[in-house]
Amino acid sequence: MEKLWLIIKREYLTRVRKRSFLLATFLTPLAFAIFFVIIGVIFSYESGETLHIAIVDEGKILRNNFSKDEDNLYFHVVSTPLEELRETFGAGKYDGILVLPKISQLQAQDHTVYYYREKPLGLDVRTTVVAKVRNRIRDYKMRMLNLEEVDIRSLKVSVEFQPEAIREGDAESSSMAAWIAAAIGGMMGVIMYMTVFIYGMMVMRSVMEEKMNRIVEVMISSVKPFQLMMGKIIGVGAVGLTQVAIWGILIPLVYGLVFLLFGFNSSQTEMAMSTADIDQVDLQLMAEQIGGELWSQNWALILPLFVFYFLGGYFLYASLFAAVGSAMGDDMGEGQALTIPITIPVVLAFYIMFVAVRAPQSNLAVWSSIFPLFSPIVMPARLAFDPPWWEIAASVLSLAATAIFFVWLSGRIYRVGILMYGKKVSLREIGRWLFYRG
Amino acid sequence: MSILRLEQVCKSYNQHRAVDEVSFEIPTGSIFGMLGPNGAGKTSLIRIITTIIRADSGTVFFNGEKLSHKHPALIGYMPEERGLYRKMRVGEHLLYLERLNGLPKRQARAAHQEWIAHCGILDWWGKKLEEMSKGMQQKIQFIATVVHRPPLLILDEPFSGLDPINTNLIKDEIDKMAREGTSIIFSTHRMEQVEEVCQHIVLINQGRNVLEGPVDEVKHRFKENRFRIQFLGILPSDLEERISIIERWAQSITVQLDGTQDSNSLLRYLLDHQIQVLAFHEILPSLNEIFIKQIGAFDAASQNS
Repeated sequence: MEKLWLIIKREYLTRVRKRSFLLATFLTPLAFAIFFVIIGVIFSYESGETLHIAIVDEGKILRNNFSKDEDNLYFHVVSTPLEELRETFGAGKYDGILVLPKISQLQAQDHTVYYYREKPLGLDVRTTVVAKVRNRIRDYKMRMLNLEEVDIRSLKVSVEFQPEAIREGDAESSSMAAWIAAAIGGMMGVIMYMTVFIYGMMVMRSVMEEKMNRIVEVMISSVKPFQLMMGKIIGVGAVGLTQVAIWGILIPLVYGLVFLLFGFNSSQTEMAMSTADIDQVDLQLMAEQIGGELWSQNWALILPLFVFYFLGGYFLYASLFAAVGSAMGDDMGEGQALTIPITIPVVLAFYIMFVAVRAPQSNLAVWSSIFPLFSPIVMPARLAFDPPWWEIAASVLSLAATAIFFVWLSGRIYRVGILMYGKKVSLREIGRWLFYRG
Repeated sequence: MSILRLEQVCKSYNQHRAVDEVSFEIPTGSIFGMLGPNGAGKTSLIRIITTIIRADSGTVFFNGEKLSHKHPALIGYMPEERGLYRKMRVGEHLLYLERLNGLPKRQARAAHQEWIAHCGILDWWGKKLEEMSKGMQQKIQFIATVVHRPPLLILDEPFSGLDPINTNLIKDEIDKMAREGTSIIFSTHRMEQVEEVCQHIVLINQGRNVLEGPVDEVKHRFKENRFRIQFLGILPSDLEERISIIERWAQSITVQLDGTQDSNSLLRYLLDHQIQVLAFHEILPSLNEIFIKQIGAFDAASQNS
């Protein structure tokens, strides 16, 4: 036990103290920050030039002038006929002429306006102009059809889906539940996926290096191969937890700091997408629901299970990566081929996770969340959807048993693999190692 | 008393017999040479002794006890292919290996600092191994092997890649430790080193124990009745009819006696012929010759069978 602890400590400390670790850990959030800043700058970028647009209102649509609420964008409703404006265009009073033709069919949905110009309009300005014209045409039609704003709103139907428990006293959840659950599950799945790959590969590389520079022979003359392997898996796992924890704190922090410093807010991106349908009240309601939903989740169950699946998945896959690392020869390329059988289930699980989020009770989702090679990634995505207890139990038991079995299996491969040099190994050869006497 | 005794040890990989009924004994406090060509099974034997692998059959006794998991801590092993964690600092690394061998922290630190001072590389304590030359790393590896003062040392080609000065330094250390009671297994195929260093040898070929014994005894066992004679005077002309002369220079000859002839009568014959004998000594075969001859004979025999 004491030896295992020494190995874990060394594996952990040498990695954490490495410059590359410090760089990756602290520069990644910084890279995020820089990314946010650049995105923000791009979104808030406006062309500095002033635009004057003449409006020829042939259809008598406008009741008053366009409000000037955009920077550098001026509208002028003119009574001059289009022909004259076009002839005098070169005089430079206007940058473009917007013609609103007569609307002959009030029931028509599609309308065309004409814009005469020398220089093309930017996409941004065009969107603004179109939005303004659309609102004016809508107002015009309301006037012509004698409709009231209230009537129009009543047509914009929205339905809220409110699940109710059949028996009284059962937990109820709001319509937001599914979305929140999906978001949590998806995030968990992505984290699992990345962790397995990044740190599993780290274990594999490190095992291979030890084998290649022969330190392993010195080591296993004083410790058991299994201790060495476990020490490495646990040590690297601890490195992973450290890194993820630092990112978990730093990235939101940096994100917040960037927003404070540069004052970007999400409304800017929203405006670009012109989501006129969500008004302020909706947003507030949504925020409240999200908050309530987050609290109503059964965290006492979900959090320990997250940790369990995280550890189970990590041990299962990291031990397999360790086994592969031990079997690798000097040739990295041939080793890569050996990692394929491991990466396939991880990638599959990642895709199944998306299905599980969309249809958490589907057969595929249910069975994948019990199958131990997939469950570490798929089950966390289903947890927030309240799967039946027996599914959770089956999944937990099968993952625990499989993880222990794979650690044992990898230990058997590892102890032989690390002492084999210069031999090209096939999967069959590795299978034979399992039965070698120690 | 012997520190290590192997009885009928066997180990196979798939169909290949790496170690085939090997038995020998290593007297406590001796320097024991384990010789054999590449692929003879030396590394497998060493791995069995260090409990890295288990023998298929046969028994190994360490200090009279059956070899078990508590013994590796009493063995210092330096593999032929040297390896250290390149990113670690010298002091850290030594401390790590010592503690894995069960030495408490404070004792470990004191022990390797003494060694480092002794080898005159005190400035290297805080240096990373990757910053050091290969020879330096080798010295560190040697220190790492001996620092916990194991009663049995296994050194696989300990001098390969070392310059003569460092070779001597380590050779002296080995001698000193042997005098202090440490038993040393010295695995190599460099015969001249074996002759200089070892008291006992075992010769392994194709997984089998070909010959074994104290170096002097082995040499005598394989002597070929050759003598070198340095003299003044003129050799009698009929000498060549009486004995076969292998080499002849102006004032010395090497002769080969057959089973019926003995050295005393040869000497008497020379003296009777008024030859002034300046030196008369037996030429013992070098281990190298024995090695090549035995391996050759063994391989030929195993091919015929």
